[in-house]
Amino acid sequence: MSTLKKYLMMATIASTAYLHLTVNSQESVGLGTPVTEDQLSEFDLIAGPDGDGFPAGSGTARQGKAVYDARCAACHALTGEGVSGNTIIVGGDMNSEGTPLRTVGSYWPYASTVFDFVRRAMPADAPKSLSNEEVYQVVAYVLYLNGIVGEDEVLNAETLPNIEMPNADGFIDQSHLL
Amino acid sequence: MKKQELEKVAGNGLINRRHLLGLGLGGAGMAVANTVLGQDLQIPDWSKAPGANASAYGSRSPHAENMMRMAGNPNPIYPGGGASRSPLQHLQGTITPNALHFERHHAGIPDIDPAQHKLVINGLVRQPLVFSYEDLLRYPMVSKIYFLECSGNSGAVLRQRDPDPNGTAQSLHGLVSCAEWTGIPLSTLLDEAGVLPEANWVAAVGADAASMGRSVPIGKAMDDSMVALFQNGEPVMPGQGYPMRLFNPGWEGNTSVKWLTQLKLTNESPHFRDETSKYTDTLPDRSSLKFTFPMGTKSLITSPSGQMSLNQRGIYRVTGIAWSGSGSIRRVEVSADGGRTWADALIDSHQSEKSLTRFSIPWEWDGGDAVLQSRATDSLGNVQPTRDSIIAEKGLITTYHNHCIQSWGVNSAGEVRNVYA
Repeated sequence: MSTLKKYLMMATIASTAYLHLTVNSQESVGLGTPVTEDQLSEFDLIAGPDGDGFPAGSGTARQGKAVYDARCAACHALTGEGVSGNTIIVGGDMNSEGTPLRTVGSYWPYASTVFDFVRRAMPADAPKSLSNEEVYQVVAYVLYLNGIVGEDEVLNAETLPNIEMPNADGFIDQSHLL
Repeated sequence: MKKQELEKVAGNGLINRRHLLGLGLGGAGMAVANTVLGQDLQIPDWSKAPGANASAYGSRSPHAENMMRMAGNPNPIYPGGGASRSPLQHLQGTITPNALHFERHHAGIPDIDPAQHKLVINGLVRQPLVFSYEDLLRYPMVSKIYFLECSGNSGAVLRQRDPDPNGTAQSLHGLVSCAEWTGIPLSTLLDEAGVLPEANWVAAVGADAASMGRSVPIGKAMDDSMVALFQNGEPVMPGQGYPMRLFNPGWEGNTSVKWLTQLKLTNESPHFRDETSKYTDTLPDRSSLKFTFPMGTKSLITSPSGQMSLNQRGIYRVTGIAWSGSGSIRRVEVSADGGRTWADALIDSHQSEKSLTRFSIPWEWDGGDAVLQSRATDSLGNVQPTRDSIIAEKGLITTYHNHCIQSWGVNSAGEVRNVYA
């Protein structure tokens, strides 16, 4: 056991040891357990626009209709037109008069976000209950309802992140403003 | 102190802040009393018999139970989604009691066993690591007082074309709170895994049913972000992310991911749903701002405020809170005439960075109409804008990140109402 680790254990009973420990905090404490990315393959659900994190599997809109109708339509309606404001997932035009309807089709900049969100958070009453195959299928169907992909277009880890969304260029990055 | 000695420093009755102590204003309002008490004082009954015993966990006085959060009704198509708002008009000082801290959940509050909870650091690191709660309790910690504000706070003030006459400090602005957060600097934990040079973002994910994710630039992560384990000295409340949350001081609340279970170092942001579809601001030209992180320079009079009433003419203590996501509060001005003239308020709390600051100023209500406003300036010179200027700049398509000046109208009956001015 390193000297620092001994200080850590002492810190719970001796405040002077705690002060010493803070001074030395740039040293590694080393209490994390190493883990491999393979061991995280079921745990890590992040799928980004760069294509990183997409699992094996594929799906088409034609396959996705049955899953959508059974698992999504109760809130989003069979057409995707929803049952309240936040559940509308089709239609809209960012350049329309008045307040634009902002949906997956009109607003979301990346198709990857649809996959990432559906896999981690939908359906709202039973998140993470869809298989990866079903997520690909449902995402294909939602994009098909928005006229973004064809009914038999195959979405997978290669094709899905490359889908161009209508509002992809509609955002201004503010992250440099601190 | 005689009334005629009070120095008026702005229109419609605002009095120099230096008189606050001399006036001895302790409550929301006080008129100068000049009649003798009409009865003799007696020893009260509670001084004549032993009271309750000490308890294992305290509860507040039954007489103070009107201080409640205000929660929306459950929505069956959004299970667990919603918010509860802090009763700002009933609070004093700057620290929000844990049970009254505002909440915003996207899929309810998970019931997490800390012995089973994991915090993973992976992605662009030399060595992916997993930490247990017990591991983290053994790390060096820091304690800081920080506010937290939902980026949707005060949105109704923009959305409602006519001011909600029933609006209160709580209903309109209650998605802000402040606590002492104790935890491990995020940089300490990231250094343990070894951040690779190409890592630009930290993608944080919670263990709730939404597995809610937000990404944070590496610069913030290595600056003042922390993994918070304690809130005002006790473990963070379940509604605040027990057993641990990310805390990004000054930044929109949604980035401070609760029930934190994963930190993934990435080159590009994953662009989670809650940083693309939600929490983005669409401008009149139909472009949309993403990653708007620091909350704006802001203040709010909490007393007198909406739905209160002034019972008699006289001198009142106008008080409120101010904060900035970019620094500390340097100055708060108050107006009693709808912004025509302003007077400097007294800062009567700490002024630490990215925390709530309390201000107050004496004001003599003459029984006529008044519009009370406050305007904050932060340490970078940012000045709180008016509602009109926010709308002129950002339009009304979206209403996140609203930090406009709040106006409370007082009529001749003493009724205080939400108004636009």
